[in-house]
Amino acid sequence: MSAAYVTKSPWVVHYDGSSCNGCDIEVLACLTPMYDVERFGIINCGNPKHADVFLVTGSVNEQNKGIVKQIYEQMPEPKVVVAVGICACSGGIFKDCYNVMGGVDQVIPVDAYVPGCAARPEAIIDAVVKGLGVLQAKRDAMVKAVEAPAEEAAEAAAEEVATEEKKAVAVPPIFTMAEIKVNTMDFLKK
Amino acid sequence: MGTILFLILFPMIVAFILLVVKSDKGRDVIVIAGSIIIAAMSIVVAIQFAAGGGDYFSFNGEVVGYIMMAVEAGLCIYICITSAMHRKWLAFIFAIIQTPLIMWFEFSRGHGIEVESNLYVDRLSIIMILIIGIIGTLIAVYALGYMKDFQHHEDEKGNKDRRPWFFFVMFLFLGAMVGLVTSNNMIWMYFFWEITSLSSFWLIGYTKTEEATNNAFRALIMNLLGGLGFAVGIVILGIVFQTVEMSTMLLIGSVYGDLVAIPAAFFAFAGITKAAQMPFNSWLLGAMVAPTPTSALLHSSTMVKAGVFMIIKLAPVLGMSNFAGIMTMMVGGITFLFASCAAISQINAKRVLAYSTIANLGLIVACGGVGTAGAVWAGIMLIIFHAITKSLLFLCVGTAEHHIGSRMIEDMDGLFNRMPRLAMCMIIGIAGMFLAPFGMLISKWGCMVSFVDSGNILLIGCICFGSAVTAFYWLKWMGKLTAVVAGEESIEYDVHRTETFVHITLVVLVVLVCLLFPLMSSYLLVPYLEITFGGLAGGIMSSGNMLIMVIMVAVIVLLALFGFGKSKKPTVPIYLAGANTGDNRTYYGSMQKEVQFALRNWHMEKYFGEHKMNLIGDVLCVAMLVIGLGYMIATLVSLMGGVA
Amino acid sequence: MIVKAIISVVAFLVLGPFVGGLLAGLDRKLSAKMQRRVGPPVLQPFYDVGKLFQKEKQTPTRFQDFYVLLFVVFIIASGVLFFMGGDLLLVIFTLTIGAAFLIIAAYSSNSPYAELGAERELLAMMAYEPMVLITVIGFYMYGGSFKVSEIMAADNMAFLPMIGIFFGWVFILTLKFRKSPFDLSMSHHAHQELVRGATTEFVGRTMGWVEISHWYENVFLLGFVFLFFANGTAWGWIIGIVVAILAYFFEVFIDNCFARMKWQFAFKSAWVVAVVLGMINLFVLYICF
Repeated sequence: MSAAYVTKSPWVVHYDGSSCNGCDIEVLACLTPMYDVERFGIINCGNPKHADVFLVTGSVNEQNKGIVKQIYEQMPEPKVVVAVGICACSGGIFKDCYNVMGGVDQVIPVDAYVPGCAARPEAIIDAVVKGLGVLQAKRDAMVKAVEAPAEEAAEAAAEEVATEEKKAVAVPPIFTMAEIKVNTMDFLKK
Repeated sequence: MGTILFLILFPMIVAFILLVVKSDKGRDVIVIAGSIIIAAMSIVVAIQFAAGGGDYFSFNGEVVGYIMMAVEAGLCIYICITSAMHRKWLAFIFAIIQTPLIMWFEFSRGHGIEVESNLYVDRLSIIMILIIGIIGTLIAVYALGYMKDFQHHEDEKGNKDRRPWFFFVMFLFLGAMVGLVTSNNMIWMYFFWEITSLSSFWLIGYTKTEEATNNAFRALIMNLLGGLGFAVGIVILGIVFQTVEMSTMLLIGSVYGDLVAIPAAFFAFAGITKAAQMPFNSWLLGAMVAPTPTSALLHSSTMVKAGVFMIIKLAPVLGMSNFAGIMTMMVGGITFLFASCAAISQINAKRVLAYSTIANLGLIVACGGVGTAGAVWAGIMLIIFHAITKSLLFLCVGTAEHHIGSRMIEDMDGLFNRMPRLAMCMIIGIAGMFLAPFGMLISKWGCMVSFVDSGNILLIGCICFGSAVTAFYWLKWMGKLTAVVAGEESIEYDVHRTETFVHITLVVLVVLVCLLFPLMSSYLLVPYLEITFGGLAGGIMSSGNMLIMVIMVAVIVLLALFGFGKSKKPTVPIYLAGANTGDNRTYYGSMQKEVQFALRNWHMEKYFGEHKMNLIGDVLCVAMLVIGLGYMIATLVSLMGGVA
Repeated sequence: MIVKAIISVVAFLVLGPFVGGLLAGLDRKLSAKMQRRVGPPVLQPFYDVGKLFQKEKQTPTRFQDFYVLLFVVFIIASGVLFFMGGDLLLVIFTLTIGAAFLIIAAYSSNSPYAELGAERELLAMMAYEPMVLITVIGFYMYGGSFKVSEIMAADNMAFLPMIGIFFGWVFILTLKFRKSPFDLSMSHHAHQELVRGATTEFVGRTMGWVEISHWYENVFLLGFVFLFFANGTAWGWIIGIVVAILAYFFEVFIDNCFARMKWQFAFKSAWVVAVVLGMINLFVLYICF
């Protein structure tokens, strides 16, 4: 449909929800010569208005839910969200704290989950690269919405949103929520 | 000749009528009618003389000379009494020296000197007359609305209505300015010169507060010092060269450049004081206490323009070859650099404008000092562009002040939303002040080329660094104006119609002049330069470049008409680290408290502190003046000694 | 003559962004190598811009696009004037308006990050402007002409007599390219204290256009370096192009060797360089030529 530039230059904005900084350090580790994410054109740009990928570490709580939401809203489409670390996936060991709402998906739609405490850089990179598929799908949906005839625009838009959601789901996260829960339980048992 | 005399006398008649008319309505009618007639007449004069290139008029001087002398004596007595009453002894001393000096000269020597023509018109005076006649009267019209608001505030303080006096002085000023730019007889010019000094004294001291009175006296003292220089120049000219005519002096100058440089240095000194060059810049800054139309008048079409007019007239006898020229260009260059620097540290919009005026006048003075055809071309272009844009900016700031209650730039946050039309006028004015393709940059270009050709490396340094600084202080102000601040309502509904009319007219003039400047150049400036400097005028921007500039202006105007604010993209909130409350002005601080942010500009007090800049500039300029004038006096003394 | 001018203008318009983008790509590759990384593909800048054009359209205020448009138009116009052999003063004045409109565009959003970036960009402008003017005046004093076409056709290289000005120009190139230690207003490296500085509020294709204009700008700034070596012969061309490329990679090298300095240092050092290298060189030119 159109050249697939969206997948070749994923710029990242990273937000630390209430992480213990373990995952944050792993996110930064991705930038080091060891992992060198710039190979994939990934840049940590720190500005939601330029970013394509939203990396969230740490769980979402009452204090920061608005910020997570706003950063997400300020990213122009197409965009993907990657929850990094078990806290971002489900709340992790903080899940039952009085102020913790749980994983990032409590506030915004998440496209890829990276479990682990802390998440491994390889897994983070893998998730971002997986997220690129979602980016492309969203971009295609955008183009289709623009090209759709005017009279069908309203229906088409509604449809697109639906397919978009489907596609987002269709791209399998690295781990499903069920797996994560199992992992978490294992982790807690240990 | 009749039209010229009309332009000198008619504003004065209007002035006296305005002095007796007390009602608002009557004043409105007279000012508007008078302004239309003056503006129309100045255009008539332009059409009448532009093709022929001007004329000299003998005009019987005997009677007029006596009348002038009587008036001058009266003014001298007035100044002496007023300054004695306020214990401003410097003014007293300067006045008591110069008027008797001129009188002694006239009675003892003046009669022996044959004056061929007292009045003249050439293309330069046509340009000046157009500026005075159009810009000056526009300011007077603007003042009608402005002074109503002003008086409203004064009434609250219980001060009595002195507006008839204000308008009287304004029109008197215009008449005197026309006289000044059309006098060939230096004694006549001196007469008008003194009237403008006194008029500005009255205008600055209009509010009669202590500050106003002090500043008015400062202006008077400095201009009287310049007047003293003028008088000394006349005496030297008369005694050494047996003439009091500008044209004759320039003619002699083309042969005996070094000798004519002696009186020329004193005339240039007078010009420097009037053009508010360092170290005399403080009077123009002090003039800010007066109502805004006064500032607009002093800065754009009158007063300071008389100073630079004088220096531009003298340009043929100045230049790198004599000390008068070097003194003038260095004072101009140094003033340009340091006044521009000082403007950075200012937060008061009117003071920024004042420093920018001083800086631009510095450039004009430097152009006159360089004294080549190219430099004078640039200087005259600067006079034209500066008059229009600066009056526009002053009048905009005046209106803004009455509506937002402040003249501080930092209080102009969101002016783009609060007063959209006014902000647009201001943005165009600022663009005209420093941005290429608009006005001033064209002339700055000319300056740069002619400075390089003159080979004065220091002057080149002044303009290189000064230009960089100029861009800084204008752009930060422009940025403040263009910022779109959400949630501000327009408060522009009660701007006086006269004020809006003047703003729009000036904006149209700015754009027109930018589009038509190649025509002005080829029909007014180049012929003038060819007559003044002989031969083809060199060092002037090529027509191809002018064309490119004009195309650029046209492109910007067209793009603005079709694209400004017409973006169809959805508008989104700005980035505030994810904590934007949604109104683009507040964010959630700690404990979810809503905090409003404020954006402030850089003033770099440590680097460009006003005091420091003025001090350095003053020292350097005083040194230049002392060297220049000292050398001239030494030459004169040795010459006299040689003769004796 | 005219044909030549038209060809070079068209070449600039068409090839300018390619060369500029390629240089940017090589810059990133080289930087990566210096840091012992693999780095992105050389064509990465094109992918980035391509992606920016595929993003959703957004703007913080409906006035911003106009200023960005003027920025793009005037940056390209200044390059066009340069490559058609126009007047150097006109070229740098046009470049200044371009830069001014970028600053205004950043101001117009009233966003704290963008505004601070704009102010720093403004400061950088004040810092480099004297040296730019001195360079142009130097060419005039040496060659007697402001016209690029005449400087190009001159018999002697301007490099040696203008060596001080040359190094001054290379110094301010760091400011113009926004490379460390002077990447105050915006940076293409990992995010900084100003988020993305002056470009914070440019979304999607707006940002894409800004990037493309920077490519144009970079090419034509390197054209200035080339101008120091032009002497109308093939050797002049070869040396000029080689030195221009070397100058660019020298900037990359500097970029990787320094941390960001404070604005005070940027401002002071640029002016000191302008006075010491620029003004003294002008003085020498005045005495010798």
